[in-house]
Amino acid sequence: MNNNSLWTDALYRLTRNKAAMFGGFILVLLIICAIAAPILAPYSYSYQDLNLGASPPSSDHLMGTDVLGRDLLSRILYGARISLLVGFVATGVALVIGVSWGIIAGYFGGRVDSIMMRIVDVLYGLPFIIFIILLMVIFGRNLWLLFGAIGAVEWLTMARIVRGQVIGLKNQEFVLAAKAMGVSNFSMFRRHLLPNILGPIAVYATLTIPQVMLLEGFLSFLGLGIQPPMSSWGTLIKDGVESMEEYSWLLVYPGITFTVTLFALNFFGDGLRDALDPKTSDN
Amino acid sequence: MISIFFKRIFLAIPVLFAVASITFFLIKLAPGGPFDADRAVSPQVLKNLNEAYNLDASNWEQYLDYMSGLLKGDLGPSFRFPGRSVSEMISTGLPVTFELAFYAILIALVMGVISGVIAALKRNTYLDFIPMAIAMIGICVPTFLMGPLLVLIFGINLEVLPVSGWGQLPGDKILPSLTLGFAYAAYIARLSRGGMLEILNQDFIRTARAKGLTESMVVIKHAMQGGLIPVVSFLGPAIAGLLAGSFVVETIFQIPGLGRFYVEAAFNRDYTMILGTTIFFSAMIVFFNLLSDLAALWLNPRSRDS
Repeated sequence: MNNNSLWTDALYRLTRNKAAMFGGFILVLLIICAIAAPILAPYSYSYQDLNLGASPPSSDHLMGTDVLGRDLLSRILYGARISLLVGFVATGVALVIGVSWGIIAGYFGGRVDSIMMRIVDVLYGLPFIIFIILLMVIFGRNLWLLFGAIGAVEWLTMARIVRGQVIGLKNQEFVLAAKAMGVSNFSMFRRHLLPNILGPIAVYATLTIPQVMLLEGFLSFLGLGIQPPMSSWGTLIKDGVESMEEYSWLLVYPGITFTVTLFALNFFGDGLRDALDPKTSDN
Repeated sequence: MISIFFKRIFLAIPVLFAVASITFFLIKLAPGGPFDADRAVSPQVLKNLNEAYNLDASNWEQYLDYMSGLLKGDLGPSFRFPGRSVSEMISTGLPVTFELAFYAILIALVMGVISGVIAALKRNTYLDFIPMAIAMIGICVPTFLMGPLLVLIFGINLEVLPVSGWGQLPGDKILPSLTLGFAYAAYIARLSRGGMLEILNQDFIRTARAKGLTESMVVIKHAMQGGLIPVVSFLGPAIAGLLAGSFVVETIFQIPGLGRFYVEAAFNRDYTMILGTTIFFSAMIVFFNLLSDLAALWLNPRSRDS
């Protein structure tokens, strides 16, 4: 029952936070746009009107067309699919690794804990962006590798947060009782520990998504991420930069979309944190 | 203090050794040799090239060879630029990247600390809200968008600053440094605001005020020392971020620094260059992390004695 009221309380606080609700609204809208891109997009993302070339926004092409005569609005809508997919899947990868690592380290404690967290400390100090670039160079620029590589970088903070939470929980009566009853380690993690740390996990996951999307944008901007004919917002910005002197709308619209999305994710994540943990809302 | 320092150094050596080894063997996994150019090389030339670069030897021999070179500071020859060594290329690019990073950090610290401290002192007023809203923009607008936008505004529309280069035209260092520094200014502003808010509520600040110190004395002498610890510990990881930022900024502004060399090496599959720079970057980041941890320890009176 107690668990229930925590979530309903949090929901109440979240709905009162205007910035967070606005962020959440934008996000839902974007996700719908991304899923329904084939229906909503006025043109196919690869359809070229070569006679048109780069044209400024007009009634036929609301955001104009790029150098190859492709409709920018359609490309942004299809780009949303890739950018959001990378954001969610790579965060999912980070979540799985980080949560398992943190729960095991925190629950077993002692030597296991110190070795596992030492590894996290060491990895924290390494220039991971370079390793992602290295992997992309060696194994080719492949979408699934990108998910894995970004996820493999972003799990470290998650592991630390989860470990801290588990250490706080593991000496509480309900865990000791479950242990005394001979519950296996796996069901201890799944049924007793995990439900109690869902709050911090949800908060941190929401705040990881914008970081992952930034990382993807960064790689795509350098030409090491998403490859044509697929496009993400990062590649659209890259294309926009190349022709910004004559056709500034090609940089401005993808740039605004990307920034607004990051704003929405950060506001929603901050709101979620305040709602689930009112104590820290001052920071 | 000193024992922590040595402990961390001893930990850093095996880490760097592992990084060098893993990177070396990862690169051996890469498909295609370094001489798979667009036009095919005749078998005899290829054989000579492989011999010259010792690529016929077994992986183990090459590894031992590379590692012993590494100990002497020799990172091998560049595969793409014949006659130039990797160490030589790093030493030409490094000063440029360092200069860029130095200006960026300077901008970030000055802008970030001043606005963060003021925001904390004038909490819940416009002097708090406006800088923090700008900081949020700084966090949400990525470097690869901020740079081109600044170029578009100041370089192309207003025509007041050069759009590219480094040290060739007056003022061409301003936009790159600003681009790189702005995101960090935003993080530092948020961190110093948070740190200051925490410190300003503490008893020793009340004591300092009670004994009649001026407000500026209280802030500068007492509050900032503790309030800025989060900023100092952030600087170490920030160096790693600056490095990644320098890839983008040096590409946008066509600056001949280490970051651009690295991105070009990644495109050209210049494996020895990638290997050398990766090891070099790792060493640098481990070193700066160590430095910022020690500085944060030293600033914190509770850990200074132990």
